[in-house]
Amino acid sequence: MDVAIPCQVKPHPVTGIANGKLAIWLFLASEVMLFGALFSSYILLRTNAETWPRGHDILSVPLATLNTAVLITSSVTMVMAWAQLMMGNFSKGRKYLAVTLSLACVFLVVKFFEYKDKFHHYQVWFNTPTMVAGHEVTTITGHIEEKTDDFIKFLPDPPKGHKAEAGHHEPIKIETSQIKRLSNYGPWHSNFFAVYFTMTGLHGLHVIGGIIVIGYLLGPGAKLWHRDRQFYINRIENTGLYWHFVDLVWIFLFPCLYLI
Amino acid sequence: MSAGHSHDHGHAHDDHAHGHHELGFIRKWIFSTDHKVIGMQYTVTALVFLFFGFTLMMIMRWQLANPGHVIPFVGSMLSKQLYAGYMNLATEGVLLPEGYNALGAMHGTIMVFLGIVPLAVGGFGNFVMPLQIGAPDMAFPKLNMMSYWVFLPGGLIMLASFFMPGGAAQSGWTSYAPLSVINPGQTAWLVGMIFLITSSLLGSINFIVTIIHMRAPGLTMFRLPFFVWAQFVTAFLLLLAFPPLEAAGVMQLMDRLAGTSFFMPSGLWVSGKAAEWVGGGSPLLWQHLFWFLAHPEVYVLILPAMGIVAEVIANNTRKPLWGYRSMVYAAAFLGFMSFIVWAHHMFMTGMSTKISTFFQTTTMIISIPSVIILTALVISLWGGSIRFNTPMLFAIAFLPMFAIGGLTGLPLGLTSSDIHLHDTYYVIGHFHYVVAPGTIFGMFAGIYYWYPKATGRMMNETLGKLHFWPTFICMNCIFFPMLIQGMMGLSRRTYDPNIYQAGLASLKLHKMISWSAWIMAIAQLPFIFNFFVSMFAGKKVTENPWDSTTLEWAAPSPPPHGNFLTEPKAHRDPYVYSPPGRKDDFLPQHVVLEV
Repeated sequence: MDVAIPCQVKPHPVTGIANGKLAIWLFLASEVMLFGALFSSYILLRTNAETWPRGHDILSVPLATLNTAVLITSSVTMVMAWAQLMMGNFSKGRKYLAVTLSLACVFLVVKFFEYKDKFHHYQVWFNTPTMVAGHEVTTITGHIEEKTDDFIKFLPDPPKGHKAEAGHHEPIKIETSQIKRLSNYGPWHSNFFAVYFTMTGLHGLHVIGGIIVIGYLLGPGAKLWHRDRQFYINRIENTGLYWHFVDLVWIFLFPCLYLI
Repeated sequence: MSAGHSHDHGHAHDDHAHGHHELGFIRKWIFSTDHKVIGMQYTVTALVFLFFGFTLMMIMRWQLANPGHVIPFVGSMLSKQLYAGYMNLATEGVLLPEGYNALGAMHGTIMVFLGIVPLAVGGFGNFVMPLQIGAPDMAFPKLNMMSYWVFLPGGLIMLASFFMPGGAAQSGWTSYAPLSVINPGQTAWLVGMIFLITSSLLGSINFIVTIIHMRAPGLTMFRLPFFVWAQFVTAFLLLLAFPPLEAAGVMQLMDRLAGTSFFMPSGLWVSGKAAEWVGGGSPLLWQHLFWFLAHPEVYVLILPAMGIVAEVIANNTRKPLWGYRSMVYAAAFLGFMSFIVWAHHMFMTGMSTKISTFFQTTTMIISIPSVIILTALVISLWGGSIRFNTPMLFAIAFLPMFAIGGLTGLPLGLTSSDIHLHDTYYVIGHFHYVVAPGTIFGMFAGIYYWYPKATGRMMNETLGKLHFWPTFICMNCIFFPMLIQGMMGLSRRTYDPNIYQAGLASLKLHKMISWSAWIMAIAQLPFIFNFFVSMFAGKKVTENPWDSTTLEWAAPSPPPHGNFLTEPKAHRDPYVYSPPGRKDDFLPQHVVLEV
């Protein structure tokens, strides 16, 4: 019924790789252009901006470091899965694949908590400079404790480096009439968060894509091992190439968004 | 992707790719993995989109020639309020300014992204390329099917946007921010575009892998027909230039839906009110990202047409292409250069003279490979015993039309003359000369040329000539006056040109252009009739009706699933016409010479 396609499993005599591997490299080239455009836009917006926050002031570096470790480990287990399959150990290979899948899910869970934190973190801009905790400020950040039509009860963030003195910070009441703008740390907050959410969001979609593919190869796709072992190993290898790329994008995102 | 691993389907199956059992109608014609069927699906869909895009323009031409008058035939239909909040294109039969904008934006989008690219790459590339390289199919048949079935919803979303609340996109095919972020209707455009980009990504990967890995034995890269080279370079352009637009599309979608300000500057006022965006973004960023795609896109539009024209000219002059290797190198260089010329669309944005000098220089450089290809094609005519059949008429007409299109581009690529011509009808005249009588003539040549391969029957020659001559004359009557109007100072995208002195002066030309456009619409009727009726009534042909040399003519017409009856081998260069000392004036690539 189907036409026999050459080089589907066996490598091409000239290029030395099978169709799938060539295709995945081409796909990664286009992905480089996709993320390249986003990184370029980030650079352009940041260099043109009057002010730009430091990532480590408003994002969680510890969580991102954890996620970096998670993704790098998952890349290692992906290679281990491939190596085990190459040696013919199907069950060990599957185990490593399952670990990779779980680590990918861990990454997303950590990311979910990071996102959730941002959506509950607010910034208030005042119409006129206002006294807060003994300082005259135009804007404060913190969490909303209570919100009505007339006022908000706002718990300001402790000043940097003063986390321990909990009693020092009481919620304050801010009249709605005093507020020029109230926004949480969503993408609409500022261009920093626009860049942050768009880039990490697109990266997150790539992680989800990886989870779907790895999940397929672990589940129904694993039948191929019994039918055509080399074909299955090729697929694992190609998925691995994609997975390393997703990892690599994060390794660029981490310093660009969180550290500098 | 389990193709080729069907040996567990029972022993009745004979492993020869051609002895396959019959597929049902749906697997054979709708969800087909056969590159030829997918190519035909793309061709027919793209032709329908092209005709639809042309129809939009005919309504706009009415407004330009008879501003403020009731549109005949469709005026009342366009004025109907379908539901509350629905955006009419017209009221009381007269086209509205926002309707004009929507038609203009959708005309450009449909012609480029739903018409020409799917026809040139999805249609011709899919159908012809695997046959020309002697492959049984594409490297990833299922991916190929998916690329069509991602393209179609993208196109349908674009069309459906006319009926959505807020109407269709109104910000031109370039969708410049901040207008595009503010205007209603843009969201559907962006979503549709993301589908189309995904589809072309799947297609381009497939094309490159197929050309690198699946050439028939003996078919080295420099024995490939020029059409395959054109598709090869085109696929790289699609692969690498489209993703930045996808990124830009995602950012514009974020601006519209999530309230970000990627493209929204600070202090923006909309309709007398401060805009709700925080600002700090850059409208120029959109232009950069858009043109980073859209300039290579120009070569995506023209290269496949050049490929087709090269095939038709070699075949109908009965001599090898002149300068085949230079043409190949020129196409590759063209592809590379097309990535570093994009900002010549943006000379008027206030960029520094240093940057504009750079882009001006690269723009002049990129005209060299185009001239090389065109010159090689013109010299190929020299001394040939030319057969003036319909494909050849379109192919020959392509040469001067593309030359006008290319040469009129030079003043736009130089900053000093661009100041006067930027955003005028001159620009419209220029790029339509490249794309309409240029690329579309190439496409017509291709349809007449490969139709017998696809259907096993010839198209009618008389009807073909009845199609060619009026189309050729009307094309020039449409686009040449635009060059004049532009030099008179008429800006493009104006709903009613009469409000300007320059517009008043060119009203007569507008009337002439519009009449030519409507006559050209009538001139397409012989083609449409010919296209459908020849499927049943055309003269039956054997595998090689044009006495051609390339491998696609070694397969039966129409080729079965799997294409070739015996595995083809290439023994020589692609265009061995009129070899000395032989009775036939052609020597196909697959024929083995007896020593």
